[in-house]
Amino acid sequence: MTVTHERPAVGFGPALRKEDARFVRGRGTYVDDVTLPGMLHGAVLRSPHAHARIVSIDTSQAEAHPGVRAVITGQTLAGLNLAWMPTLSYDTQAVLATDKVRFQGQEVAFVVADDHYTARDALELIDVEYEPLPAVVDARRALEPGAPVIRDDKDGKTDNHIFDWEAGDKAATDEVFASAEVVVTEDILYPRVHPSPLETCGAVAHMDKVTGKLTVWTTTQAPHAHRTVYALVAGLPEHKIRIISPDIGGGFGGKVGIYPGYVLAIVGSIVTGKPVKWVEDRSEHLMSTAFARDYHMRGQIAATRDGKILGLRVEVLADHGAFNATAQPSKFPSGFFHVFTGSYDLQAAHCKVTGVYTNKAPGGVAYACSFRITEAVYLVERMVDVLARELEMDPAQLRMKNLLRPEQFPYTTPTGWEYDSGDYPRTLRTAMELAGYEQLRAEQAERLRRRHQGEKVPLMGIGVSFFTEAVGAGPRKHMDILGLGMADGAELRIHPTGKAVLRISVQTQGQGHETTFAQIVSNELGLPTEDVEVVHGDTDQTPFGLGTYGSRSTPVSGAAAAVVARKVRERARIVASAMLEVSPDDLEWQGDRWQVRGDPEKAKTIQEIALAAHSNLELPEGVEGHLDATAVYNPPNLTYPFGAYICVVDVDPDTGQVKVRRFIAVDDCGVRINPMIVEGQIHGGLADGVGMALMQVMAFDADGNHLGASLMDYLLPTAMECPSWELGETVTPSPHHPIGAKGVGESATVGSPAAIVNAVMDALKPYGVRHADMPLTPAVVWSAIQGRRIRTDLAIT
Amino acid sequence: MEITVTVNGTAYTRDVEPRLLLVHFLRQTLGLTGTHWGCDTSNCGTCVVLFDGRPLKSCTMFAVMADGHEIRTVEGLERDGELDVVQRGFMECHGLQCGFCTPGMMLTARALLDRNPDPSEAEIREAISGQLCRCTGYENIVRSVRWAATHAAPQQHAAQEEVTTS
Repeated sequence: MTVTHERPAVGFGPALRKEDARFVRGRGTYVDDVTLPGMLHGAVLRSPHAHARIVSIDTSQAEAHPGVRAVITGQTLAGLNLAWMPTLSYDTQAVLATDKVRFQGQEVAFVVADDHYTARDALELIDVEYEPLPAVVDARRALEPGAPVIRDDKDGKTDNHIFDWEAGDKAATDEVFASAEVVVTEDILYPRVHPSPLETCGAVAHMDKVTGKLTVWTTTQAPHAHRTVYALVAGLPEHKIRIISPDIGGGFGGKVGIYPGYVLAIVGSIVTGKPVKWVEDRSEHLMSTAFARDYHMRGQIAATRDGKILGLRVEVLADHGAFNATAQPSKFPSGFFHVFTGSYDLQAAHCKVTGVYTNKAPGGVAYACSFRITEAVYLVERMVDVLARELEMDPAQLRMKNLLRPEQFPYTTPTGWEYDSGDYPRTLRTAMELAGYEQLRAEQAERLRRRHQGEKVPLMGIGVSFFTEAVGAGPRKHMDILGLGMADGAELRIHPTGKAVLRISVQTQGQGHETTFAQIVSNELGLPTEDVEVVHGDTDQTPFGLGTYGSRSTPVSGAAAAVVARKVRERARIVASAMLEVSPDDLEWQGDRWQVRGDPEKAKTIQEIALAAHSNLELPEGVEGHLDATAVYNPPNLTYPFGAYICVVDVDPDTGQVKVRRFIAVDDCGVRINPMIVEGQIHGGLADGVGMALMQVMAFDADGNHLGASLMDYLLPTAMECPSWELGETVTPSPHHPIGAKGVGESATVGSPAAIVNAVMDALKPYGVRHADMPLTPAVVWSAIQGRRIRTDLAIT
Repeated sequence: MEITVTVNGTAYTRDVEPRLLLVHFLRQTLGLTGTHWGCDTSNCGTCVVLFDGRPLKSCTMFAVMADGHEIRTVEGLERDGELDVVQRGFMECHGLQCGFCTPGMMLTARALLDRNPDPSEAEIREAISGQLCRCTGYENIVRSVRWAATHAAPQQHAAQEEVTTS
């Protein structure tokens, strides 16, 4: 429901994107587009087994193959002390397997050759002898006595247990449940999915032996963090490492961690003395890079008979794969899952999460999840619907009755989050009005009546979800990754002619930072957006910061951009006061100029001030001249965007086919810098929801074979599955963010799956189906109608 | 094998391995990196080019099969410094975010408009249904193509290419 807005030349509004000029001409520079003189090409040999001991590796034929320059194995790396690398969760991960392989697709050897085709040929010539071992791919069996121990590389490890973690007050929650009139329990799986951006992961590494400088062009959402980790892992001096993250073809959290392939490209360059490019193929990407979710949850909700929700508790079995490599603030092994009380006013809540190893790829925190808030929101929003079914209440009305009220903000949740601002009932009302909720319910009743009369009309379902996100990690005293605080820097230079260059630490993967960050500076200084150049994605050119994920760019780096622009403005004030020969206190800011209070004739624009700041103008004692400034922004709190989503589906009970007919999304992400870009991000997240709710899953068979290792098996939504999205908005500014903005990049991915599943369950109500696990494929829906619930994460037997 | 392929109006004669995929010929041999590669199974459509005017996933064809044929890539959409109306549509309607699917989407849209200058939303969705976008949820791609349909200059898409050699 976008209206055509005027394109603003200055400040906020739907400005067209600066980056599009190169993209529509095919002139983006993605990692695979980088070609260096003398560049060689790498390819990774991967394990066909989920769990097997490596008996021997014979590389002699591969080494003898024409065009092959190097073959690297785990033994080669062990000699360099690089066979294992630390993960972002204080575990270790094999770069190349030495003792055994622990998931199908794990990295076993690396070939460097003159061209990509030759490198792939040589992989066929490496002879690996494996001794297959029993695999465990079902998290629910990982802790059983006698389960194969996956991490026997760790001293004294005799089981597959990683951690237990709890949040909330268990005793208080138990008390609430003991006395509640109604308690409902449901087992809910958020299956393993994968973000699968269209650009796979890759790197071009160049170690210049003369200068000692390592330059890595790589698909990373966090170039500065990568630089520091490489320095720590490889013992390289950090000032001699330059990470360039050029154009990135989508990330969605899958390009945060460090993958073995990146390290191998670097090692390949060190060994051969040449630049080495490695770009994985789609199967490699799906099998080995960061998956998302795989949360097996048992939820319980307690309420009064008349629908006042009292408490929520959940036990989670978290499948982390073969190495614990989740990318999240290190203090929180379950990410931000403990925000699971959602948007409701509860008396008590408690969660317990147990992490386990399985013979599957590592990862878990990815795919626009805001550090596991996807799982949390899905849990609570399904539980509220399950409760509504039990109480025979309308799910929208049950939500309205329990939503936090505007006067409760700032609100501290039972698990310790301080929500900054919100008017939840207004947002839900807006969504219901946009949807025509009452009419939809009437249409649904009419549809049922016709079916009872024998007409073959599809079932209709209406699903509601309400989410609260927690984004913009985060306050340094609470959050770090491997000891690196989650603050971000910004540098702003104002050239003598009044043109600006903003250097930022975060990295766009499609979010449009080159436009929106220029708009932030433009808004603060009154410069035209086109006069502000944004530099990012190159660690030699930008200040330190932890990168773009968890919807943190606007909340953290966007704040840094506003703060640094305000510093420039204050510097400009001093210069203007010298130009106008008045005290700085006598000046007032007029959007693009400093003006003598009450005298519009006496004013200096930011451009005039910039020139003067570089001139021979006499400045007060101690003032250096120029306007350039730097800032580091340490957020005082997260920002808490929220939204109300309503989905309408048609379900054919004879085939189990689900069609999303309408999807209404009302998002509140505070002040919108560029509403066109905000809406685009929401559209993308809603499509993710359709994919996850109806199509996407990574299942495994009993031997650990990956059943979703290509885009023929792992189904991503196309234009045919997606309806035309209907968007609305409310605006509740964040009280602590300099421009009142909140993050939005992941909101729709977080909020939409529950709306779709709730809609399908609503449609299946006449069959008594209360819950079925995602993805709701025709087979799953049809089985549910037959009264048979199936495990979607395992091979259907 | 020696082949001659006309790409964006220029005839290129090159000696290639018979197994070289057309997408790699365009990207690596000719250096036209606007055509992307995204999957191994012809599902994603980031490699779509126009092959004798029709959309083709260039990962499904060997370069040698293109011998004697005409290819148009994203680099050939702009003519004489003028963006194609499809390119303008994608910019005006925010039809792209990361930009990776964009060349393929735009070429499919160009071919659609060539045969159907006024496609409905459903026809646009069907035309791009063999291609994936992970960012836009398709909404603004559909709007971009509609924008192009309503802003097309008459005869723009019928312009003949002049062949040069390289």
